[in-house]
Amino acid sequence: MNIKQQFKEGLVTNNPVLVQLLGMCATMAITTSLFNGIGMGFSVLIILTCCNVVISLIRKIIPNDIRLAIFVLVIAGFVTIVDLLLQAFIPALSESLGVFIPLIVVNCIIIGRAEAFCQKNPVGASFFDGIFQGLGYTCVLICMCVIREFLGKGSFGSGLINTTNGIGTGSGVHIFPAEYGALVLTLPIGGFITLGCLIALMQYVLRRSEEKKAAKANEEKEAANV
Amino acid sequence: MSANATIIEIVLSAILINNFIFSQFLGCCPFLGCSSKLDTAAGMGLAVIFVMGLASAICWIVNEYILIPLHLDFLQTIAYILVIAVLVQFVEMFLKKSVPSLYSALGIYLPLITTNCAVLGVVLLNTQYNFNFLQSVVYGVTGGMGFMLAICLMASVREKVAFADYPESFEGFPVALVTAGLIALAFMGFSGMKIV
Repeated sequence: MNIKQQFKEGLVTNNPVLVQLLGMCATMAITTSLFNGIGMGFSVLIILTCCNVVISLIRKIIPNDIRLAIFVLVIAGFVTIVDLLLQAFIPALSESLGVFIPLIVVNCIIIGRAEAFCQKNPVGASFFDGIFQGLGYTCVLICMCVIREFLGKGSFGSGLINTTNGIGTGSGVHIFPAEYGALVLTLPIGGFITLGCLIALMQYVLRRSEEKKAAKANEEKEAANV
Repeated sequence: MSANATIIEIVLSAILINNFIFSQFLGCCPFLGCSSKLDTAAGMGLAVIFVMGLASAICWIVNEYILIPLHLDFLQTIAYILVIAVLVQFVEMFLKKSVPSLYSALGIYLPLITTNCAVLGVVLLNTQYNFNFLQSVVYGVTGGMGFMLAICLMASVREKVAFADYPESFEGFPVALVTAGLIALAFMGFSGMKIV
């Protein structure tokens, strides 16, 4: 499997959230500001890449019966490292993500990739798989954040742009006044509906591209027959 | 919530006001995955209530009597996930031996509970809120009940939605997510409830 194909799979055709439908809890819960989205995305990216490399390294010595327990232990180790690092260096992020940082342990993306990919592939491929799947996850989080923040509060980049008191504070650039926004999008219901619409959009795009491919193949077949 | 919350406050909050799924997004994967039929949803809900109650109790003991005295509280996440994994395995073996009918009803959903974030979530929240033993167990059990309420509501709605006429692209998960969003809107009504 080459890197270019892995890149395309991670970001589009096999995107962890929009196509594989994994790791929805955090995706809906924390995407209320750009700061949260980017922080969570990169935390998952780092943990996923490290876990992929380690699991791929030890894939030949893990007994098959207890592999899930070992995966969970490896993941929990890296999650604890990232959790403690965030508490020490970016306390604002650690505070606003709260319980969702330790909950990365049970994020299905990481255990899913370990089971579906790292078990069967060498270290190099697993490393790139971690990076691209993590990037795919981060992109979806950023999309959700931008949509919910803009439509809900009329702002962009809260916590990152125009910070008032260090990173993680301030309300970003105001594009239209907050009182005209659909406040409901920043509430839990907005998370469900935004993600639903994004997945529907993805299914539409994938179906269209498949139809196009099929039509092209048909044309070629007919041309060959003629 | 704080450490001096009364039992009634915890119960109301866990089931209705801060419902684990509709306001905290914990446990969405099994919620969306197992809610296409009402009877599997009910089985999953029962299993989650049981495991969440037990996990809250055992993790509280582990935290209070092992981790804190040894100053190992930074290992909480690892310790909790281990306890939950072992617990689910034990419950599975116990049910298989002694209550085979329930075991076969729950089927594949039992092992999947290990990766249900509602279970790890409730345990982490118990620690965060500094709950005592009784509060933790009550929060665990009623949190599970909130999960069961949510998943049963969702399953009954989805059985009807299956016959509805919606755009082709919304097939499968998207329509389920939008449905869940609308149920969450109804649950928002409870957030106005003030308990003193």
